[in-house]
Amino acid sequence: MSKALLYDATMCIGCKQCEQACATENKLPYNEGIAAEAKQSDHKYTAVLAKDDKFMRRLCMNCQDPACASACPVAALRKTAAGPVIYDEGRCMGCRYCMLACPFNVPKYEWGKLLPKVRKCTMCPDRVAAGKQTACAEICPTGATKFGERDDLIKEAQQRIRDNPSQYVKHIYGLNEVGGTSVLLLSSVPFEQFGYSADMLTEPMPLLTSRVLSKVPDVVTLGGVLLGGIWWITNRRVEVAAAEENEKKSSSDKRSEDKNG
Amino acid sequence: MDKPRFGFWKTILWVVLLLGGYALLLRFTRGLGASTNLSDEFPWGLWVGFKLFSVALAGGGFTLAAVVHIFNLKRYRPVLRPMILTAFLGYSMFICSLIIDLGRPYRVWHPVVMWNDHSVMFEIAWCVMLYTTVLILEFAPAVLERLGWQKALGWLRGVMVPVVIMGVILSTLHQSSLGSLYLIVPGKLYPLWYSPLEPVFFFVSALCAGLAMTIFESWHSRKAFGKQLEQSLLTGLGRVLAVALSFYLALRLIDMVHRGVFHLLLLPRTETYLFLLEIALLAAPMLLLFRNRIHHDPTALYFCSVLTLLGFVTNRMNVAITGMEASSGTYYFPKWTELAVTMSLVASAFAIFWLAVKYLPVFPAVQETRARQSAQAVAPSAARPAVPELTHASS
Repeated sequence: MSKALLYDATMCIGCKQCEQACATENKLPYNEGIAAEAKQSDHKYTAVLAKDDKFMRRLCMNCQDPACASACPVAALRKTAAGPVIYDEGRCMGCRYCMLACPFNVPKYEWGKLLPKVRKCTMCPDRVAAGKQTACAEICPTGATKFGERDDLIKEAQQRIRDNPSQYVKHIYGLNEVGGTSVLLLSSVPFEQFGYSADMLTEPMPLLTSRVLSKVPDVVTLGGVLLGGIWWITNRRVEVAAAEENEKKSSSDKRSEDKNG
Repeated sequence: MDKPRFGFWKTILWVVLLLGGYALLLRFTRGLGASTNLSDEFPWGLWVGFKLFSVALAGGGFTLAAVVHIFNLKRYRPVLRPMILTAFLGYSMFICSLIIDLGRPYRVWHPVVMWNDHSVMFEIAWCVMLYTTVLILEFAPAVLERLGWQKALGWLRGVMVPVVIMGVILSTLHQSSLGSLYLIVPGKLYPLWYSPLEPVFFFVSALCAGLAMTIFESWHSRKAFGKQLEQSLLTGLGRVLAVALSFYLALRLIDMVHRGVFHLLLLPRTETYLFLLEIALLAAPMLLLFRNRIHHDPTALYFCSVLTLLGFVTNRMNVAITGMEASSGTYYFPKWTELAVTMSLVASAFAIFWLAVKYLPVFPAVQETRARQSAQAVAPSAARPAVPELTHASS
């Protein structure tokens, strides 16, 4: 059903053609200087990191249940059924809660612009909708980045680990992290070395806030009933006290009138 | 004696406002990147911390509204108006700093029509819109009395109880949801502050900050206008603040025990020091306020309120900035423009409060207060406020 990317770092040769294809697809500039930048930014949605002879890609994980989409107050970020987490720049008001919420620190901001947008890899939604691969998967000369059905790619990744247990860390990154992601990673060295946190929650991040948000209607209903009830009781007391006061006054008035009369 | 000092403060006010105005100009002509020290690594800075704090100050608004209108403790009626005004100014500061902080300020209205009910930020947007409306309705009687519009006043009185109930519910949701914002960053917010109870902490601390704000304002308005609240009321508030603070600190303590994070206090890190500072600033007034000598002495009481407010400023800044720094891998300190804008917002709020107290019936009139004080000096047990003094405030 849902599409995904499998990146196998052991097959990557660090040619950075995926970076270039990504820039072309997203109409971003690309040159030697940008190629040398080893991080994602508002003008670079994917980066191939190198450490000794090991490589690792960074890109938006396109989570199954994305924190950014749950955080966005105006639903500018949205997970599509096909897999990509897309961004509607016409809705975005620039609160940047998505940047804070993202466990992978993926969304970047156009800090240099007067009217900035959030920038990130959106898994080539137009290509995916047209039944094509993402630009990075299509260009990859070694098949290190592979596009396909998420379920199939998981099976394939498991098979690769089974076939070559000595070559891989026994972990598919993105299978269970934050409830699963549409980008799956295989590596021969621990993922932390490239900034992928090892202690990610295995439940979707949005649960952390939705548990609380789901109580809002209850708070409104119970709060309204409780406060209304308290007011009804205390107000009754005030009314009774006022009535008694009046009675006393009128009776004492009468008495004084009687005396005077 | 008083006149040159007054000129001094006015000069400071103008300097701060002019600097802030220039900083604002920079922000809207050069963009966020050029006018702040924010970055991809640190997307939320001082302005967000300030937003969290300005709403906490507004906590007195709904607390006192509930005490007076719902619980019918009419003795606290004189406290209500200054608190509603404070809350309104707090929310105005929130809205201003939000608009300044948004990447596309002209889209601030988007949450009205573009919904995402899974978003804490969406809940906050709606709470702010609705509660600011409630605050305007709650403060309107002061303006209407001044204008002498009896008909509108009568109509407002008729709907006041449901409006207040709505206000209390909205505040509860809003105060706590500012804490909920940080529930989604378990890997980013330093464990001394990250807690599943964050919404509860934010709510309870708003109650405390609101009470402290009442004491703080009463002292200042006495200095400026001779208008203030009765000492017996302030003493009562001081006692409640002592209890509220101890409840808050106990809650934080229990939470830390359950999460097992005490060992972090042994680490020689900035987070540890600023955490200890925050707790010390709250624990000190709590301990002091339990002493009779303190809450009967206006200056000592004022001093405690200042400590409490500083404690919560530190808390909000710690959550928004200190606690987020380590995981971001960068160092953030606000740019002068960020500081200037924030200071000018605070200065404007002070100036508006000052004008409101001067021209609107916010605090009980001065002569009556003085009369009561002398009456109290004769008979200190007669703590109940006289009826005539309250007539102007019966909204």
